Order: sequence, then structure tokens, then C-alpha cells
Amino acid sequence: MAIPTHPASGPAPAERPPEIHTAAQAPPPRSPLPPSPLPPSATRLRAAGRTRRRPRVVHWAFAGPAAALFVVFFAYPLGASLYQSFTNDDGGTQTWAGLAQYRRMLHDPVFWKSLWNTGLILVFQVPLMICIALVLACVLNQSWLRFKGTWRIAFFLPSVTMLVAYAVVFRVLLKTDGGMVNQALGWFGVSPVDWLNNPVWARVSLIGTITWRWTGYNAVILLAGLQSIPREQYEAAAIDGAGAVTTFRKVVVPQLRPVILFCSITSTIGTLQLFDENFVLTKGGPDNATMTPVLYLYKVGFDQMDFSYASAIAWAVVLIIGVLSVIQFRFFGQSDRAASTARSERRRG
Amino acid sequence: MTLDPSVLKRSVVMLLLVIGALVSILPFYWMVVAATHSNDELFHSPPPFVPGGHFLSNIKDLESSIGFSRVMLNSLGIAVVYTLASGLISAMAGYGLAKYRFRGRGLLLALVLTTMMVPFQVLLVPLFQMMSNLGWVNSYQAVIVPFLANSFGIFLMRQAFLDFPDELIESARIDGSGDIRTFYRIVLPVVKPQLGALAIFTFMSQWNAFLWPLLMLDSQDKYTAPVALYTLVGGTHVDYSGLILGSFLATLPLMLIFFIFQKQFVSGLLGGAVKG
Repeated sequence: MAIPTHPASGPAPAERPPEIHTAAQAPPPRSPLPPSPLPPSATRLRAAGRTRRRPRVVHWAFAGPAAALFVVFFAYPLGASLYQSFTNDDGGTQTWAGLAQYRRMLHDPVFWKSLWNTGLILVFQVPLMICIALVLACVLNQSWLRFKGTWRIAFFLPSVTMLVAYAVVFRVLLKTDGGMVNQALGWFGVSPVDWLNNPVWARVSLIGTITWRWTGYNAVILLAGLQSIPREQYEAAAIDGAGAVTTFRKVVVPQLRPVILFCSITSTIGTLQLFDENFVLTKGGPDNATMTPVLYLYKVGFDQMDFSYASAIAWAVVLIIGVLSVIQFRFFGQSDRAASTARSERRRG
Repeated sequence: MTLDPSVLKRSVVMLLLVIGALVSILPFYWMVVAATHSNDELFHSPPPFVPGGHFLSNIKDLESSIGFSRVMLNSLGIAVVYTLASGLISAMAGYGLAKYRFRGRGLLLALVLTTMMVPFQVLLVPLFQMMSNLGWVNSYQAVIVPFLANSFGIFLMRQAFLDFPDELIESARIDGSGDIRTFYRIVLPVVKPQLGALAIFTFMSQWNAFLWPLLMLDSQDKYTAPVALYTLVGGTHVDYSGLILGSFLATLPLMLIFFIFQKQFVSGLLGGAVKG
């Protein structure tokens, strides 16, 4: 009935609400405009139908470089590492070994220790950090607070330090003899702590270091989430007689769910990929107390030159990240956006 | 004497804030202090609390020990080249994926999303072997090329281009502008903000990159800042003040970027998940 009009074809006939034509009513007069001079395909850029004037090559040209790079430097190595994880590595020649490397992994105390350490960080550091960050965000969101921007910068600054540089700084601060931390403890009469050479304190040091860097970062993200909660909701809660705690539980937390999920997923992925901090602080020591899967992968692959076993460890990490992400999704409810961006950030949050 | 509860609450909040901010900021202050003292002064008891006068001599030492200016230039060069090249590739691929239909488009999109989900450490071993076979070990391109196709960037740019009206592209075509010209004269200028945000993040992540450059770069004249700092840590006789000075200088560019582009930062952090 209606003629197709093209958005690109100049002034289109005025939009009319659809009319029901009864016998008594004449159909609406046709638009006095000449029909569009364009072929119908012209407006359908996304349509598959191609006009002859534009060769197909161009459409490939835009995505071509990325596609080629992905095939060469992602798809191929991905397949190669999967294949290698099922082989034995004898001085450069690979022989098929089935699940041997994975079996070896299951009986490898160092690998289990690296998982245990990661688990400790996930259980202690991540929730602690997100709780502190949430409190900080709520404080920074108070309407009466002045110099908000300045506070925000102060808390965010640690997360813009260079990864290796901040680990180096903490390594010096935590020196057993004469390090600033021990000197400061000395003023209070506490004897020096062997921060980086004692298995328990080394873990504490690593957790403290990571928390210092990332808490403010998460607080700023959560703050952005808080600011997107409409004022009316707080007011409604206040009118209903909700106190600060109830408001927090019933209004803030449910609204922040996707943002909390985002923070916890980025932190989890970051924890599983932890390398820089413990490599610089302790090299995974003492007695593998700060060993993490990626650091172990590095040591197996590039100190011991056992590429097959290193590949198997890498795939174990992939699997664990996948499983944990799915679990967190179930736990916090769905939020596709949060997840896709969380994964893409590839950064310890 | 009773306190107004709101005053009490506010003072508690302020106290928390001040303590938290001090914990955040003190290491930075200490970096400045440590970088301007000699090694002996640094571990002297009581330790120094105000910046000292050894800044220039520490710089000289750092220069002679690892050629620090060269290292910083390496870092800068690699980060700039990587940011520009991967930004261009991301923009092109994002545009291709958003506005064209071609064979293999779905596959490519799936590949981009897969890349996002897979931690890059899985590729370490095979990429290392590839670089050895290519003879690229200890070269700048080994650090730059393998990660040029940046899935996060492609995804971000595709989102930006999806919002771009087809009509504009169409009318440019009717006016006789070719696809490529339309892309860089009409479409690219519109997504400048997103490109800028992407560039900031790409630059920072490349500046921070440690594991891959550590594997690839063998000679000191090619080191990037993180690799050079790491080599300073491992020695038997460590020059701590130089180490801290180097750490501080290596962090400075990131801080500058942060101060200049604060706005893009916070919104970019969320990747659009929350309107910040």
C-alpha cells in the first residue's frame, strides 16, 4: 500500500498514523513528491545485495588486517598450545602423550600450591578490597563532602602507577633490615618483621600490596555506579523510614549489583593472572608461598624450557577462569555488559 | 556536652577518609624522598622525611647503570607505535564489522569475542616459538606485532560505529566519495572521543606490559622501563635510591596522562557498563 521511502532521498512524505479505510473514506492521496531516484538497495548498506560499482574487496579491506593478525597471532598459537599440552617435550621434539601432562599437573604439589595461593587471595583479598571500596565509594558519595575531585584523585592514584614500579617500591619499603615499614613499626616498639622471606608474611605482603593498588580503582568504579542511582530512590527510602543500613541493603546493593559483579569478575580474572607483583616481590617464594599459576607457567616454560607442561598449565588457567566467571554470574545475576567489558579489560581490578 | 550526631558522623567519615588518603598517597611521597637521597641516607635511622639533594647524582647513576634515558625512549617508542597502529587496525575492523556484510563476518566477530575471554598467557609458549622461528627475538617488532589486533579495541570501536547513521555514509557515497575516503573524512572524525579513550588505555597497558617484553628483549639497549627496573632488583648490590627514582620516573607518564584525561578515564573504566 505505502510506497517505500528512502531516508536518504530528500524530504520524505509526512508520517501519518495508519488509517483504516472504510468504503466511505477515500484512501489518502499519494504524496506529490516524485518517486525516489535511488535504487532500493542504495539505502541498505548492511544488506548483502551489492551494487556493481563497489567491489567486494573493500568490505574485506577494513577488517582484513585484524582478521589476518588474529589468525596468525591468536587462532594459530591457540591451537598450537592446545596441541602442545597433549605432547611430551624432549629437547624441542614433540611426541604425542595424551593426557600425560594433565595427569602430571594433578600430582604436582607446586601447581596445587599455586592454586591454593590464588584461592587465598580470592577468598580474603578480593572481598575485603571490594568491601573497603564500597565503603569508600559511599563516603565519597556523601552530598556534604567537599573537594570530592581531590579525594577521588588521592584514592585513584595508586592504580595509575606502573605495575612493575609499584611492586619494586613495595619491595624496598618491606625490606627486613632498614625498610620503611619495619622502621615505622620500630617506633611503636615492634621488632622487625621478615616480610618477604617468611611464608605467612610474604602472603600478607602480597595481599597488602595488591590491595593498596586496586582498592581506589574499584571505589571509583563503584562511585560511578552509585551516582547513577536516582535521588528519588533515596528519598523514597527515607520517607518509608529506612535507616542508613536498610537503605544500603535494600536500595544501594541491589542497584549496584552489575557494578559489583563487574568489579568482582575483573578482580578474579586479575588474581588468576597475577604475575608482575609476586614475580618482583618474591619470585614466588619463600617455599612457593606466593607462587601463582601464571608465574609457575613462566618458570616451567622459560626456566625449565618444558613447553608441553607449560601449555597444559596455561589451559588449566583458561578453564578455571571460565568456571569461576560462570559461577559469579550465577551468584550475582546476569549482566552481559559487565561481563563482556570485564573480560576485555584484562586488568587486575 | 553532647555532640550533634551528624557532626559526630561527619568527623568519623572525615577521619576514615584522611587515613585512607594518607595510605594511598604516602608511598608516592616516600618515592620522592627516596629518589632524592643517597643509598646510605635511605636506610639510616631515623630515615629521611623530606626530599634530599641527591636527585641529580641519582639520575647520573641510573643513566650509567642501565642507560635509563634510552630505556624510557624505548618504552615511549613502543607504546606510541603500538597505540597508533593498533588504534588504526581497531577502527578499521570495527567499521568493517559494524557497517559491512561480508563472508566470514560472523566468524571474525566470534574470534574477537573469543580473544577477549582467553587470557593471553595461553599464547606465551607458541608465540615465543613463533618469534624464535621468525628470528624476531630481541627486536621491537616482537613486542609490538603479536598483539596489534586488540579485541577490546575492535569491540569498542564497533560499538561506536554501530551508532553512526547509515544515511550519512550513504549520502557520501552518492556524492561520489569512495569507501575509504568516506571512512577517514566523515566517519572517523565523529568517533574521535572513543578513539581517544581507546588510545589512552592502549598506551597505558603497553607502558605497563612486562611479561612479554621480559621474554622477548635480551639486550639492555632494547629494554623497556619495566624490564630494566626488574633487572635492577635482582642484583647482589642493589642501588635502592636509583631503583626508586627509576620507578618514579617510569610512573610519571602514566600520572600525567591521568591528570590530563581524567574525564575519559572514569567513563572509560566501565567500558560503558555504567554511565559515570
